[in-house]
Amino acid sequence: MKPLKTTSGGGNAVEVRGLAKQFGETRALDGVDLQVSQGTVLGVLGPNGAGKTTLVRILSTLIRPDAGTARVAGYDVLAQPRQLRRVIGLTGQYASVDEKLSGRENLYMIGRLLDLSRKQARARADEMLERFSLTEAARRPAMQYSGGMRRRLDLAASMIGRPAVLYLDEPTTGLDPRTRNEVWEEVQRMVADGATVLLTTQYMEEAEQLADELTVIDRGRVIAEGRIDALKAKVGGRTLRITPGDRAELPLMVAALAQAGLDGIAGATADEAEGAVYVPIVSDEQLTAVVGLLGSHGFSIAGIGTHLPSLDEVFLALTGQKTAEANELEVAA
Amino acid sequence: MSAVAYEGRIGPRANLRHIGALARRNLLQIKQDPESMFDVLLMPVVFTLLFVYVFGGAVSGNQHAYVNYVIPGMMAMIGMNIAMGVGTGINTDFKTGVMDRFRTMPIARSSVLIAKIVVEIGRMLVATAILLVMGFALGLSIDTSALNLLAAVGLALVFGASLMWIFILLGLVMKSTQAIQGVAMLVLMPLQFGSSIFAKPTTMPGWLQAFTKVNPLSALADANRGLFNGGPVAHSALITVAWAVGITVVTAPLAVAKFRGRT
Repeated sequence: MKPLKTTSGGGNAVEVRGLAKQFGETRALDGVDLQVSQGTVLGVLGPNGAGKTTLVRILSTLIRPDAGTARVAGYDVLAQPRQLRRVIGLTGQYASVDEKLSGRENLYMIGRLLDLSRKQARARADEMLERFSLTEAARRPAMQYSGGMRRRLDLAASMIGRPAVLYLDEPTTGLDPRTRNEVWEEVQRMVADGATVLLTTQYMEEAEQLADELTVIDRGRVIAEGRIDALKAKVGGRTLRITPGDRAELPLMVAALAQAGLDGIAGATADEAEGAVYVPIVSDEQLTAVVGLLGSHGFSIAGIGTHLPSLDEVFLALTGQKTAEANELEVAA
Repeated sequence: MSAVAYEGRIGPRANLRHIGALARRNLLQIKQDPESMFDVLLMPVVFTLLFVYVFGGAVSGNQHAYVNYVIPGMMAMIGMNIAMGVGTGINTDFKTGVMDRFRTMPIARSSVLIAKIVVEIGRMLVATAILLVMGFALGLSIDTSALNLLAAVGLALVFGASLMWIFILLGLVMKSTQAIQGVAMLVLMPLQFGSSIFAKPTTMPGWLQAFTKVNPLSALADANRGLFNGGPVAHSALITVAWAVGITVVTAPLAVAKFRGRT
């Protein structure tokens, strides 16, 4: 149905070189390089104002860069915007559907704008409603949808044309955890179907859930990039925090974990003041094994939980600096 | 996808299909929000009653004589008021994310604006029909032919459509709908009243007469009056069309460019 999805076989679906954009005094993008391999998900992680949305808007031909080049599926954003628009889908932070129209009418309209016949557009709309669990709400105007339903409708609208490259600009910002999980599941399904995705996010957890590779940007510049696990090894991934029922057991726990070789790369540590043991976690298997081991040794456990490094901790680990936002907060306080 | 050429150019058939799909969207919006039709349904009724009964006696001696003077002119006024609504509509549209979606889709960007204009011309047609029904109820008589009536409606629509581009441009340039309404009122009031729509300019002071002479609304009102009541038409009709073409040629490309470049 699409005339052609890429002009160069395989390789990078998105290629960005030296991209720069200035708004008045603000350098929104200051020479950004990145690439997304076909069929993979690139997470673009950064705080508010890092330039994430500007990047997505340039890649979707909404604004023109001041300098640099960007190619999507082989098409240049400046020289071939029309062709480029045929192969992309965009879901922004703000639902880009017509609120007064029903879910079905929205999707039908998008289908017609993508040159499907009336029949095809109807069929595709129903298929997408079904897939995104919106069939029951299909006839209601989108303004009556909940936040999660709206975001799903938005995703469905972006998928009508079977885009080769999908941009998700902070797809879960402002959603509650349950709705966020729903959106994540949908994105994971799209990726399983072979979509190439560029995802911007403020959350390390979201990047970890969805992305294969990560580019971290701050103040319009790339400050780190690589595979998620490699970056995680650098910044520290999940940490397991175990609180024993009896504080005296702290050193015994650490010893047992070290003996079993389950204490991760950096080693388990006991925090006497907190009364807790911290174990760096590299895989779900390790997590399961640690819990199993402690149980089989008969330790009594009062509390247990994992946490991911926050964006601030990631920035601190990568650059030795806090995010501009965190700095401002400190100055203000 | 035969209508879509290889390089991504949008062929005329695809363009028409896009305009159709977008016009359908605008119609569905009206269906969802029927109150948005109040201006179209009520304005011609209220204005006709108001002007005929308040000013009719004073201007023309009796209401009956005034109906045939003011109704053809009011067709010009209705068009202008509905055109103003297009600007606020576009402005509101831009505050929702759906415009971003349209602008990232492989469609001609002008099609969003053209679809809006097509639907608004339909609204103008409904308002004009109500105006005429009101007129006939109050004693309007066509001394010429039904063909002339159609010509008058056509002329008013052509001129009204050209005004829409001005208001679309305003809608894209200005920040809020209130600002647009403010500016529009400031321009509309003098244009509407400083014309031959409501009273013969010969009773006005010289400087105002000079203004009414160059006011395109006078030309439209005069042409329509000629078409309804008999009398000279060609000159004022030509001036009206010239204004319509002139306004469109200048403002339509500006509006499309602004729409394209909006960030």
